[in-house]
Amino acid sequence: MAGVSRLQYANEMRLIRVMCSGRVDLEFILRAFSTGQDGVFIGGCKLNECNYVTHGNYDALGNTYIAKKILQRIGIHTERLRIEFMSSGDGMQLAGIMDGFSESVKTLGPLGSSEGLDRKTLTFKLDTARKLVPYIRLVERERLRVPSKSKAAYENFFTSDAFNRLFDELIGDSLTAGQITSILSERPRSTAEIAEKLQLNPSEVSRHMKRSSQHGLVRYDVDKSCYTLA
Amino acid sequence: MGDVEGQAGDFTVSLKKKPRYIIEEKCTGCATCVKYCPVEYPDPFNQEISDNKAVHVYFSQAIPLVAYIDESCLYLKEGKCDICRGVCQAEAIDFKQTTEKMTVHVGAIILAAGITPFDPAVKDEYGYGRFANVITSMDYERLLSSTGPYEGKVLRASDKQHPKKIAWIQCVGSRRVTEGENSYCSGVCCTYTQKQVILTQDHDAGAECTIFHNDIRSHGKDFERYFKRAEQLPGTRFIRSYAAIDREVPGSQNVVVKYATFDDGVKEEEFDMVVLSVGLNPPAGAQGLADKFGIALNAHGFCTAPDANPMATTRPGIFVSGAFQGPTDIPEAVFTASAAGSQCGELLGYRRGKLAEERIYPPERDVSGETPRIGVFVCHCGANISSVVNMSSAVAYARRLPDVVHAQDQLFSCATNSAKEITELAMEKGLNRVVIAACSPRTLEPLFRDTLREAGLNPYYCEMANIREHCSWVHSKQKEQATQKARDLIRMSVARARHLAPLQEFDLPVNKTALVVGGGIAGMTCALSIANQGHEVHLVEKARDLGGMARRIHATIEGMDVQAYLDDMIRAVYKNPRIHVSHEAAVTDVSGYVGNFITTVKTEGRTKVIKHGASVIAIGADVYQPSEYLYGENDKVFTHIELGERIAAKDEKVVSAQSLVMIQCVGCRNEDRDYCSRVCCSHAVKNALKLKDINPEMDIYILFRDMRTYGLKENYYREASDRDVKFIRYTPDDKPVIEAVEQDGRAMLKVTVPDPVLGMRLELDADVLSLAAAVIPCASTGNIAGLFKVALSPDDFFKEAHVKLKPVEFAADGVFLCGTAHYPKHIHETVNQAYGAAGRVLTLLSNDTVTASGSVAEVKDPDCVSCGACITACAYDAIEFRDTPMGRKAWVNPILCKGDGVCNAKCPTSAIVLKHFTDEAICCQIDAAGVDAAMKEEVGFSQ
Repeated sequence: MAGVSRLQYANEMRLIRVMCSGRVDLEFILRAFSTGQDGVFIGGCKLNECNYVTHGNYDALGNTYIAKKILQRIGIHTERLRIEFMSSGDGMQLAGIMDGFSESVKTLGPLGSSEGLDRKTLTFKLDTARKLVPYIRLVERERLRVPSKSKAAYENFFTSDAFNRLFDELIGDSLTAGQITSILSERPRSTAEIAEKLQLNPSEVSRHMKRSSQHGLVRYDVDKSCYTLA
Repeated sequence: MGDVEGQAGDFTVSLKKKPRYIIEEKCTGCATCVKYCPVEYPDPFNQEISDNKAVHVYFSQAIPLVAYIDESCLYLKEGKCDICRGVCQAEAIDFKQTTEKMTVHVGAIILAAGITPFDPAVKDEYGYGRFANVITSMDYERLLSSTGPYEGKVLRASDKQHPKKIAWIQCVGSRRVTEGENSYCSGVCCTYTQKQVILTQDHDAGAECTIFHNDIRSHGKDFERYFKRAEQLPGTRFIRSYAAIDREVPGSQNVVVKYATFDDGVKEEEFDMVVLSVGLNPPAGAQGLADKFGIALNAHGFCTAPDANPMATTRPGIFVSGAFQGPTDIPEAVFTASAAGSQCGELLGYRRGKLAEERIYPPERDVSGETPRIGVFVCHCGANISSVVNMSSAVAYARRLPDVVHAQDQLFSCATNSAKEITELAMEKGLNRVVIAACSPRTLEPLFRDTLREAGLNPYYCEMANIREHCSWVHSKQKEQATQKARDLIRMSVARARHLAPLQEFDLPVNKTALVVGGGIAGMTCALSIANQGHEVHLVEKARDLGGMARRIHATIEGMDVQAYLDDMIRAVYKNPRIHVSHEAAVTDVSGYVGNFITTVKTEGRTKVIKHGASVIAIGADVYQPSEYLYGENDKVFTHIELGERIAAKDEKVVSAQSLVMIQCVGCRNEDRDYCSRVCCSHAVKNALKLKDINPEMDIYILFRDMRTYGLKENYYREASDRDVKFIRYTPDDKPVIEAVEQDGRAMLKVTVPDPVLGMRLELDADVLSLAAAVIPCASTGNIAGLFKVALSPDDFFKEAHVKLKPVEFAADGVFLCGTAHYPKHIHETVNQAYGAAGRVLTLLSNDTVTASGSVAEVKDPDCVSCGACITACAYDAIEFRDTPMGRKAWVNPILCKGDGVCNAKCPTSAIVLKHFTDEAICCQIDAAGVDAAMKEEVGFSQ
């Protein structure tokens, strides 16, 4: 209705049509950031008023929570990602949200600027996360699904300590491991180098290197005193 | 409407069409004329609260989206000003239009004239029109709407300020026998008021909402919960009291309302705004309409037919649907519409499809081996886009994009000549993909897909970039940025177009037989209507005989002899050669899908396998067996149904009783069953009136919570009251108490109930106690739901696809619903819904095939790891495991897939793909959106 009602709003948004917000994949979100978007907005039907019967908007909501957690882990401001639910009649609401979101993204500046991350690092981190998407889908189904479909239940779950622990255990570590593998594929590096490159605590890196060695993914090159891919 | 001549099957109707002064075929709804029109007059759509132009589109979602010119136009009045004609690039304005007379030949006529809201101005006491801040609920409805007079802001007429304290007065024009008002209940106002309260609180969480009401009538499906939701909102008060508008406060123009409560007596309170919850009148001019059609109306002016067929009028071949039958809510309006359609089908079924012509398209060219050759057409939409977006810049830009071999602008891409231009260019330049940069695909995508088919291309090679609703209309003051955005959107669409694939919509044959489960009034009515339109019907009944719950009901409140009606209907079923009845039957297995079901039925020791295209669930409901009020312990305690049976049998104990007490809401409107059984209040009144007929001396007391004799049944409630039936209100926290006693040798029940009017406890002596036992879902509901893969509502009645708009459909295609299996309802409502379901069944069965969209999900077998993630994600049960040479793999039934793509986002191996919205196509769009400005100019984009 915003269009038909000629409501004026911020012009920064570029739209991509999907038939259901549940179609919005984690990959789409991460890819958009990775290809240089400063903000990503997902619009879905009002919760519990699904146009289909699938309530895919809850899937979009769950994905958004997970994506925000990943962004946080990577060091990207989570306000760059926003999801809102409205009906086609809510033109006023859409216009207001577009203005607000556009304003908040402008305040954060181009992606990386307020995060202190250069473009190359950003792309590297996002690409590592993107590689995990298939794995996250598996994990999501097994462990991160909220049994009851209500906004409050989703919020409670995704802001709980239990979710934080699960995320660290299931996704966070893989994210770190993935980044380590990526930079080791460039050339062998020492623990200290890895820690510096990824801005991690060296003991954290050691923990990862120990586990990766056990899994036979990396090995320690004694001569050069650095890690290399197995 | 002119004259109506002829008879059922062959009517001639003369019509007069007022000039619109707009050539409908040329108008694109762009509304440029509206912008330039100098005349403003009160907007009828917005209740004349705000102004509109003399030329305008009636409302922003109007279909067709075409303007009209009102009498206030300067040219029409004085021959001055024809600015609109100058600015309309579609040349759609035609002041020479005159009233057009036409004659149509039709076989049947449906009257769907609706209602007219009650006008409170007829009663001075409501202050409507006298006090600026007294408005009707229709006015308020517009204020709440984002297309309303103040774009969704609720403002007072007097000072354009937000009202903080708002009162609603219920039953304005309804349930009142005073001159100019209606004695009946309008049936919808309680719930629409609750909706307005909830929306008001959404708009302004601090608003204080007060509702002055009589009974709360939440008799619709899920309405009891809705009422509680409204009631529990902070700042909301429901006050049971008649309320009168007393005066306007000078200065503030606030409104003082006078009301009375049992505790505090008469009070006065000031409100910022008062909303009159106006009822439903018959449609304006109903009598004139009735005269022209030669049909009779009832005393209220509605076209109310007998219970047996509420769609019928007094003239064969003319049917009525919707609220013209009498006050109804949206779901009833929807299914009576379908029901009237089904009755027309019965009348005219033999000529079904005779006027249809098949369209022939040129053969589709196989372009799958070609490299993309994209044509881009950028639409001016008159001036709608071109006045904001720089057309030549957009076209020049499009031309430089990879694989674009042609780009041009068009004045209106949707015009017939433009479509022809696209078709011709596609053939001439060998285009194999077309991007239309114009408006929303929601409106015109079907048209442009059709254009591609005319060019011999697969319709799924069409892609639209929405540079109107998403660009020129919403950034009209930022021309440069809007042009940039349009270029970006075109670039993204071109990127996507490169990855589009030709998709086939394919047809599956439809088995023309229907299966109806349940042989009560609903099932039989539905079966008969389907069979009368030429289809075989299998009617499955669990009992030995047909009839269902109606077997136990002897008369309706309106006086219909239910048993005679039922006998006629059963005879008609057995006589109909197309209806095959299975008795003592149970459905044991259902497989297949829309158009092609296979159902196994066990009946009288045999097993039948039935192949059918449509299924109707009409399994009815049960009666709650009360565990309260000594039911089953004392032989003086009955349910209303049992009481009705005893009255019909003239049981001495009942008809000669000195005193009879009824208790309403037994087993529902409580924590276990949070719904209203809808029919019990009318049953109570019906039984009371019947008893008064037989034994006028009998003392009858009805202990109730809210009397819900909605619609025209309100008249019987009034009659009962006039005939000295005593109505005593109780609350659930202080229920009546029953004690069996013996007094002066007379064994009876002592009923103790608090009386809020007298403020004391009443003791009633009852010879008979009758309980309004709840209507509860049938025991087999869960089992049937599982077999047909359909859902249940929170109260365990069947859950329709959409509570308002799809009241007889399920989310599962090809399965339909009617009768009390859906929700408790009266016989005439069941008949309405049963015909409604038959209408929907015919919509399916009258086609030879069902068509699956091309944009459905598909599994790439080698990538599928049979994890089942897609199967759990699909609420349509469209995906199942199938054994393949590569092992067990997921498989999508394209007929059932709705193309939402939730499965696509869940698959860990990306094995399941939503065609037309593939990862590849969407990712390319994302990538194209992300290309920097410098790259855009130089190389188009990567990929």
